[in-house]
Amino acid sequence: MMSATTASGCPSGLSPGAEADIAQDPAAFVTYSRGRRALDILIRGASCGGCLSKIEGAVRQLPGVETARLNLSTGRMRVEWTGHLAPGLIMSAITRLGYGAAAVGEAAADDGTAKTERRLLIAMVVAAIATVNIMVVSEPLWFATDVSPETRTLLHWVSALFAIPATAYSGRPFFESALASVRARRLNMDVPISLAVILAILISVYETARGGQYAYFDASVMLLFFLLIGRFLDARLRRRAYAAANALAALQTATTTRLGPAGRAEAVRASDVQQGDILLIAAGERLAVDAEVITGASDIDLRMVTGEVVPVTAYAGQIIHAGAVNLTAPVRVRALAPASRSLAADVARLLEAGEQKKSAYRRLADRAAEAYIPQVHLAAAATFIGWLAAGASLSQAAFTAITVLIITCPCAIALAAPMVQVAAAGRLFRHGAYLSSGDALERIAGVNHVVFDKTGTLTLGDPGLVGVYAPELIGRAALLARASRHPFSRAIAEAAGPGPVADGVSEHPGEGVSGRIDGRMARLGSAQFCGQAALPGGVLWFVMEGSDPVAFRFEDRLRPDTRRTIDRLRKMGLTVELLSGDSEERVARTAAEAGIGTWSAAASPVAKAERLAALERSGLRVLMVGDGLNDAAALAGAHASLAPGGAVDVSRLASDCVYAGDSLASVALIVRLARIARRRMRENFAFAAVYNILAIPVAVVGWATPVVAAAAMSLSSAVVVLNALRLSVMKLEEAAS
Amino acid sequence: MIVLAYMLAAAMCLGALGLVAFIWSLRSGQFDDPAGAAARILEDHDPAP
Repeated sequence: MMSATTASGCPSGLSPGAEADIAQDPAAFVTYSRGRRALDILIRGASCGGCLSKIEGAVRQLPGVETARLNLSTGRMRVEWTGHLAPGLIMSAITRLGYGAAAVGEAAADDGTAKTERRLLIAMVVAAIATVNIMVVSEPLWFATDVSPETRTLLHWVSALFAIPATAYSGRPFFESALASVRARRLNMDVPISLAVILAILISVYETARGGQYAYFDASVMLLFFLLIGRFLDARLRRRAYAAANALAALQTATTTRLGPAGRAEAVRASDVQQGDILLIAAGERLAVDAEVITGASDIDLRMVTGEVVPVTAYAGQIIHAGAVNLTAPVRVRALAPASRSLAADVARLLEAGEQKKSAYRRLADRAAEAYIPQVHLAAAATFIGWLAAGASLSQAAFTAITVLIITCPCAIALAAPMVQVAAAGRLFRHGAYLSSGDALERIAGVNHVVFDKTGTLTLGDPGLVGVYAPELIGRAALLARASRHPFSRAIAEAAGPGPVADGVSEHPGEGVSGRIDGRMARLGSAQFCGQAALPGGVLWFVMEGSDPVAFRFEDRLRPDTRRTIDRLRKMGLTVELLSGDSEERVARTAAEAGIGTWSAAASPVAKAERLAALERSGLRVLMVGDGLNDAAALAGAHASLAPGGAVDVSRLASDCVYAGDSLASVALIVRLARIARRRMRENFAFAAVYNILAIPVAVVGWATPVVAAAAMSLSSAVVVLNALRLSVMKLEEAAS
Repeated sequence: MIVLAYMLAAAMCLGALGLVAFIWSLRSGQFDDPAGAAARILEDHDPAP
């Protein structure tokens, strides 16, 4: 849940982060049943027992609150109360303590994955209990030399008593998947697993019934147990990553104010907005849907939509896309589409095409399964025919052939990729990076060219003051700047630090701020507003009666570790490119600062996607890193893609991996881990292949007794698992953020 | 040989008991918040009613 950057120390007492600026009315998330209201809140920054009791204590003190319970593992808190407590008070009680809080819908979205995880867990425990009991019974069969045939048969039946129900229950995830894959006329790894387990049980029952020496009850249940460990860990990690990525999303989700027919304002979730609704967008609020401006004058921040750093001035009739942030004054807008369809049609089409392309990727494990299955089944068939030809009885030949299937059973192969996947995803999780799909790691490992978006990805997204100004000058300008949400004003306020606001300040949308400083008229704003000459680039004029006018210059600053990250990527053999929707001049400067030689500017969303397609046609496998709406199509179409946690919803969904925190170093870390993970997978497959090459002859000539099978299977699985776990413990000194 | 029968019955019962106990603990939400449970044990005031 914690990202790497927030994990150190509890934030109690600190001021909330910048994300808290995005307006959100929790009233839209409150549920009501039988006299009680309830609200689910996602808490950011809570990490210890102290945080827990402080937060719960503060909320319980509010009037009418009956329960307040924070789940420290998931960061979710549920508050239930009666009476007329305003939900905003709950949120502010938490944020006052220094924690981030965002209202979320009730926890229902991930029910499917939670159910799968629980089912796998119970299947695993059933297999474990059966394995232990069969082991106890099998021990004399393996090692005692004086077991009478009657006792042996009795012990076999006892094993069967455990093995048959356990296999029937715990094997179901494999049997169902195998059946589905055969129906689709394909072979996956579950087919040979199911075949081996079922045949092992059948031949064992047959052998036991006729008093035979060997039975494979132990091997079949143990096999299921090992495989279920891998499956369960995989499912658990996937759900946790999904929940963590959702938590990042919840911090971004906005609510909005809908104006009813009588002009009555009500808070609604952004996802509930319908086409044609009239919305009141407050200053600081992020637009959740595509909309047309009806009335109001304000500055609109389009960073997330087009990548442009300098805000534009809104006018009636203007169409604004979802993701834009209203800066200066409230505006009324008419929703043009619900949130789910707030995307330019061509971008939506490109997104779909990209997803189709990605689903066509064939995983390493699937390719291994396709190579492995015919080889082993041919070996088994050859054994059967060979023993018959050599004069063995039908049952003897069948028994040996099935032994081949069991001993080569794809335990090591089936665990080879998933265990690496689990170890690598767990490692990334600890670093605040959340994988969204199973094959994401493999695709990220295969890239050789990285395309970065500029605004918000390479840069911080917020412009900063450049140049040297006298501290008292900045202090005076800040008296006006603190009253505005315009990014330039905020940069001045940030440079000056906390302080007062001048008297009589008023903000003029699209122009600037005016007020009185020490009794003198002062203005901070555009050249026209201040009566000065227009200058190129990001400039804010500051004029005051009796002083010389000053021009403040602003630049979108690089993230502090951008240069280092780019160098590291180059050292890893990757080529780097910058692709931005911002103006040519600004992109050129950022490229020079970041040390990137290849760049293009003023690229539309479609142009970005086309550029990526062209790169892929030239034989490159591209990793796209971007956060804005204009990157979504490119993210979906790239061979692999990453998005920072602050990205817009569409981009986050279109990417393979989301990373939290302000550091770009995560990009290098993710690529590096993915490559190491791929190497581990290949090592595991190589080991499994060698194991099979050694095991098949032993089984073919009939030397594989149950104890040999059990030992070989556990040993090979252990080797593969331990090799995968190296990923969890290895040092990542220079790549760590 | 009768001793084997006893052992058998005992093993099955113990196995079943373990399974039932595990499923019960899972159902009653004991694994829902391991981090919170570890932190709450250090609180020295009574839990809220």
